[in-house]
Amino acid sequence: MTKKAFNKIADGLTEAIAIARGEAKPAHLSVPSDNPPPLKRRGIVPTTPSMSLVDLANPTRFLGFSQRLLPFTWAVALGLLAVGLYMAFFTAPADYQQGDTVRIMFIHVPSAWLSMGCYGLMAIASLGTLVWRHPLADVTAKSAAPLGAAFTFLTLVTGSLWGKPMWGTWWVWDARLTSELVLLLMYLGLIALWQAMDDQGRAARVAAVLTLVGTINLPIIKFSVDWWNTLHQPASVLRLDGPTIDISMLIPLFVMAGAFTLMFAALLMMSMRNEILRRRVRTMELTAAGLGA
Amino acid sequence: MTAFLALVGLSARLSFGGRSGGALVGLVFFLAVVVVVPFAVGPDMNLLSRIGPAVLWIGALLASLLVLDRLFGDDRSDGALDLLRLSDLPLELVALAKGLGAWLATGLPLAVAAPFLGLLLGLSPNTVLSTTATLVVGTPALTMIGTIGAALMAALGRGGVMIAVLVLPFTIPVLIFGVSAAAAPAMAPAPFLAPFLILIALTLASLVIAPIAAAAALRAGLD
Amino acid sequence: MSHAGFIFAAYAMAVVVLAGVVGWIIADGRALRRRLADLEVRGVRRRSDRREEQAT
Repeated sequence: MTKKAFNKIADGLTEAIAIARGEAKPAHLSVPSDNPPPLKRRGIVPTTPSMSLVDLANPTRFLGFSQRLLPFTWAVALGLLAVGLYMAFFTAPADYQQGDTVRIMFIHVPSAWLSMGCYGLMAIASLGTLVWRHPLADVTAKSAAPLGAAFTFLTLVTGSLWGKPMWGTWWVWDARLTSELVLLLMYLGLIALWQAMDDQGRAARVAAVLTLVGTINLPIIKFSVDWWNTLHQPASVLRLDGPTIDISMLIPLFVMAGAFTLMFAALLMMSMRNEILRRRVRTMELTAAGLGA
Repeated sequence: MTAFLALVGLSARLSFGGRSGGALVGLVFFLAVVVVVPFAVGPDMNLLSRIGPAVLWIGALLASLLVLDRLFGDDRSDGALDLLRLSDLPLELVALAKGLGAWLATGLPLAVAAPFLGLLLGLSPNTVLSTTATLVVGTPALTMIGTIGAALMAALGRGGVMIAVLVLPFTIPVLIFGVSAAAAPAMAPAPFLAPFLILIALTLASLVIAPIAAAAALRAGLD
Repeated sequence: MSHAGFIFAAYAMAVVVLAGVVGWIIADGRALRRRLADLEVRGVRRRSDRREEQAT
């Protein structure tokens, strides 16, 4: 990275923090308003200059903040990705048992972590929706669902491509794979639920209930699938967990996991920005229809 | 308490006879699923008796989804749900009463019919017994989990296939332990008691969690 | 490299899925911005903007 580009990103970051603190006004919001009044009149200037999550939770301020943060997030994510890919292909050794196919692990395992972490994020956002009725929590939950589905799908596909040379079959009804498949079903159900509803506030609360029920149910599903699996077939498939992974593979794995997580964060921010804009467009279109404009 | 029991009775009567076609259609559907399977897998009695408990459970699962579409939907469209919400009964108990009523009208008849359908599949007497027992114990869990889906759909003012899509993943644990216990006599060394007890636990847990979730969904939709 | 086909396919799928998500989000955002600009040309304002106008 050139020094100039780095300075630019650093400036952006400083500005973003200033905006979040309410000290600076975003230079160009995505939604231009002709003459934004001083924040004082709206009564949302925080009494203390310290940055808090509550300030970020204002959708308009989130738009300004995320706009500054996005290039930085993407830059670090792509940088980590480049390092991680280099290590995955050139430094990490081939496994003595699995040969080079172990290199699939560097995308498969981070995707799997994210597919579960994304559900955790949605569960927290759902609490925000039900307890505080916060619009930004709704937006987070809605935007995260398709991303979670994408990473779950990626986990299944890469797992399948790993399984074919290793186990000789594209699919095994192994406990992990099966649980991941159920997770994909639940993501798809949640997406369908969001799509079935025009009133976004109500859809958010209904989807939040389903997400939280899923949070209770997912461990039960995992447990029952484990039980079912040991009943029907001996546990013969390879295991990835435990201290069996050598450090030379662990480091690229963590680098790739960091890259994937940051990419997920960037995609989530972009998606949330879209969702906020979508709600504005919807409100304005309703206003336009009401005015007969 | 009287209001609760009255609501259970009302829900049972509505599900049994009401506009949704009721218990009879559910039973006929159950019969149809069981009859269709041999045409798909062949008339081999050995194979059928081996997969019999699983077939009966799948049939019961699908049949218990049938009644859900109308469980809260009708009450919502004719305003009964608003009245229930204004009554002294907490919405959680309303959801529990509706679910129990629906189970009495649809789940219980399925379990009662299971032994006769088991004969068609060539199940041994022991397997018939275990399958019926697991269905009696397990179908409440299916109906209660379905109640959550029904409440979600009523809150959204939708219905149809969406309920099945949302509910089916959540029924996987019930299906796993139900079929495991039901098929235990047919697979000699397999344990019966352990999965049966877990199935009971799942049913009891669903009786607690499902009304709370269903009530939360209904509140979200009614605001 | 043994099984190069499978490794390549896995990484290619990752690229396809992630690029698909990025493309979809960008296209969605562009369409939304276009609609927003169109609405603003037609003089539709957000509720909060109008309230501020009255306040001035």
